[in-house]
Amino acid sequence: MPEGRTGRALIGSLSRVIDQDVLERVLATAVRTGADFAEVYAEDKRSTSVGLDDGRIEQVTSGRDRGAGIRVVKGDTTGFAHTADLTEAGLREAAEAAAAAASQGGGVARTVALTRGPERVVSPVAQYPDEVRKADKVALLLRMDDAARSAGGSIVQVSAGYGDSHKHMLVANTDGVFVTDRQVRTLIRVTAVADGDTGMQTGSQSAGQTMGFELFQQIDVDALARDAARIALTKLNARPAPSGALPVVIKQGSGGVLFHEACGHGLEADLVAKGGSVYRGKQGELVASPLVTLVDDGTMTGEWGAIAYDDEGHAGQYNVLIQDGVLTDYMWDYLRARNEGHGYSGNGRRQSYQHLPMVRMTNTYVLNGTEEPDDIVRATDYGVYVAKLGGGSVNTASGDFVFGMTEAYLIENGEITEPLRESNLIGNGPAVLRDIDLLGNDFAMGNPGTCGKDGQGVPVGDGQPTLRVKSMTIGGTAA
Amino acid sequence: MSGSEQLQEIADRIVAQARPGEQVEAFVSRDHETDIRVYEGQVEHFFSAQSEGIGIRVIRDGRTGFAYAGTLDQAAIAEVLAEARDNVEFGTRDEWAGLAEPDGVEVVEQPLWNEELAAYATDHKIQLAKDLEQLTLGIDPRVRVDDSNYSDVAVELAVATTTGIRRNGRENGCYVSVSTLADDGDETQTGFGFSVGRSPQEFDLAKAAREAADRATRLLGATKPASKRVTVVLDPYVTAMFLGIISSTLNGEAVAKGRSLFKDRLGDSVANPLVTLVDDPTNPLAYTATDLDGEGLAARRNVLIDGGVLQGFVHNSYSARRVGTRSTGNAVRGGFKGTPGVGCLALQLQPGTRDQAALVADVDDGVLIQSVQGLHSGVNPISGDFSVGASGLVISGGTVGAPIREFTIASTLQRMLLDVVEIGGDVDWLPMRAAGVSLVIRDITLSGA
Repeated sequence: MPEGRTGRALIGSLSRVIDQDVLERVLATAVRTGADFAEVYAEDKRSTSVGLDDGRIEQVTSGRDRGAGIRVVKGDTTGFAHTADLTEAGLREAAEAAAAAASQGGGVARTVALTRGPERVVSPVAQYPDEVRKADKVALLLRMDDAARSAGGSIVQVSAGYGDSHKHMLVANTDGVFVTDRQVRTLIRVTAVADGDTGMQTGSQSAGQTMGFELFQQIDVDALARDAARIALTKLNARPAPSGALPVVIKQGSGGVLFHEACGHGLEADLVAKGGSVYRGKQGELVASPLVTLVDDGTMTGEWGAIAYDDEGHAGQYNVLIQDGVLTDYMWDYLRARNEGHGYSGNGRRQSYQHLPMVRMTNTYVLNGTEEPDDIVRATDYGVYVAKLGGGSVNTASGDFVFGMTEAYLIENGEITEPLRESNLIGNGPAVLRDIDLLGNDFAMGNPGTCGKDGQGVPVGDGQPTLRVKSMTIGGTAA
Repeated sequence: MSGSEQLQEIADRIVAQARPGEQVEAFVSRDHETDIRVYEGQVEHFFSAQSEGIGIRVIRDGRTGFAYAGTLDQAAIAEVLAEARDNVEFGTRDEWAGLAEPDGVEVVEQPLWNEELAAYATDHKIQLAKDLEQLTLGIDPRVRVDDSNYSDVAVELAVATTTGIRRNGRENGCYVSVSTLADDGDETQTGFGFSVGRSPQEFDLAKAAREAADRATRLLGATKPASKRVTVVLDPYVTAMFLGIISSTLNGEAVAKGRSLFKDRLGDSVANPLVTLVDDPTNPLAYTATDLDGEGLAARRNVLIDGGVLQGFVHNSYSARRVGTRSTGNAVRGGFKGTPGVGCLALQLQPGTRDQAALVADVDDGVLIQSVQGLHSGVNPISGDFSVGASGLVISGGTVGAPIREFTIASTLQRMLLDVVEIGGDVDWLPMRAAGVSLVIRDITLSGA
């Protein structure tokens, strides 16, 4: 290996670490006590992260996570155990623990035959992170620090982070599924703090793709940093956001989180099954403005939520959830698909081998409409233009959700005018979907996100064209 | 040899490999968790897992490198040390970089390990989750249970450094929780209840069930209020979340890097004189009571705001060195995958004397805030902007009335501390880094219809 390069021990393919006949024997062990289904999910992940703050590279961190989670399902009970020991003995011990957890009764011997699924490439990688010098990763952050600080004397602080991960995963189950995949993700983020007469303001930007270091041939990190600084500086002159219900125009690629929260979670079959979703029993019904076609798409090459296979070994797919306002389908994992006789949708995901899979989104987005984005603003007398949203959260049972606007402006007489201070927007999912009255033709994907559910985080993407919601409540302080 | 002594040996062995001019810290931990979920009287999932790992920090010439692995396999540990050393090359030289050094502060022992829990039978754990589901369903016919859970975790850890810190210990705890749904026609609302303890004997299942049913049913029929300025009474649970945000403005690292809105305010009046805020992990009543901080120094009591006056910030050894003071024993670390940051460990507002009903009786036009949503998206602890989604009950003429939802409450953190009207006497030691207590704040903007 050339001097100064990282990754002393490159990750081996997991299927070379764990033989197929070992997997077959471990799965047979897992269902020996009469279980219906067993699954082995193994991963070997190396990650690098670099943190810059206060003008210094504070630390480079190297991480290694390697292990297997074994799930055993008997009737409606799931047993789960995980181990960092990938030898046959270690896997068998975990299989027995999971089987014992799922079942107390005896059963019959069963053999398991696996058929290796095809290799599937959704997001090709040109430059693996292990093959890039750490110094090159560090240099990106130092450049962003310079770029953000040179945007203006009021920029008083900059922090930035770089992260990459290279994961091999393997899934095998008693239905005969046997697939392997490798996932490479690369992320960069920057936050600038500006200080002025009215206190401090912040601006953040990030970019992340399911690809290698070639990401930085596609994006300009200096521009990203300058943009974060611009947001912070702009907000120094911001006035308090309005308080109350107003029309809201959301810029292309900045409001996908609206759909993620307003309806995405409510279309997850596990929440639907227990009656914890406002969208239960609404298939075939008009649940949104007829302008809206909503898709969850695991196959979107390079996007942050892209997957060749989900974490249950089923291929990532393009799934239409809402077509012209009509609810067409939910998203599914193994358990819900099995229980309801539905096909797999490639939405069974998990944070790591230490977690159980559940229904999760991948890349969730709204398809283009026909309006020119400028016309949408011009058609709005008085309202709020949201150029950047922060995070959000939803109560799927009531449909109530919030999300934060981190860059927003007032619209007056059809023109974008003054910047606004940060605040939350609040709305009810079904109501907001119906209230979308203008949809632009300028579709764009947004920033990379981490979706949290039941304590697990997974990478997701979202996107939408510029659009207008007739009325949403803005949680500011100005009368 | 106990489990944590074994981990100590591993940490000691790493530290012994330090080269001249190197500072080395090894943090080793192992935890075992059980997680049982019951639905409709059946075990929906049973999760039992042990995980372990090591994080190694190396500092040389003011440069820091770090690496971790989720295994204690010998070969992997050697690789972690080599990676951490390699990473040192890429850090920027920082004159304040360095590990904590023993400071002579006495450790206040805490009862962190419970043998009864360690020996508790699996069947009993399952039964607790089943019982909680049944109790909850029995309270109100409109209530359904989404899931009922029992969880416990046992952690052993050890830390060693070339600067002479050498500590190990273990801790366990358990909780039950239940998620509820309540239906009325087309409308569905949700709730939750929980009970925590060092051992299952400390659980109050009836209270958890009652709270879960109450949280879900109390919002049925709730309407969206009109926008106006009001006085709010925060439920203890909401106050604890609010204090969690305030704590990030008192973080010594944020102060050192010029990122705290209180950075130049030491000795100033920053809150109503009623406000005295203390971080005291040595109080055994606190859920997050602990004897050691994340760098292995003794956890200790720190007064942050006294009678409305800003008295101090919390520090780990790095942030303290930067601003020329001593660590306050507030290094926090999320496990072996990271290096210690700075944070409050067990915050508490000095309580008043009156209960929530008495506080409400003094409010003419206001809202009792029972839950908030969007703290991570609508609050900026650097600018101080505060805007969160909320639900609760209307207060009119000193009496609690109809439920309201789908509105926001907004102000700034700076204003809210000054606008405190009264602090209740109803301290609730919640499973969070801050204790709950009812809190009255005036001049809050409510945004609704």
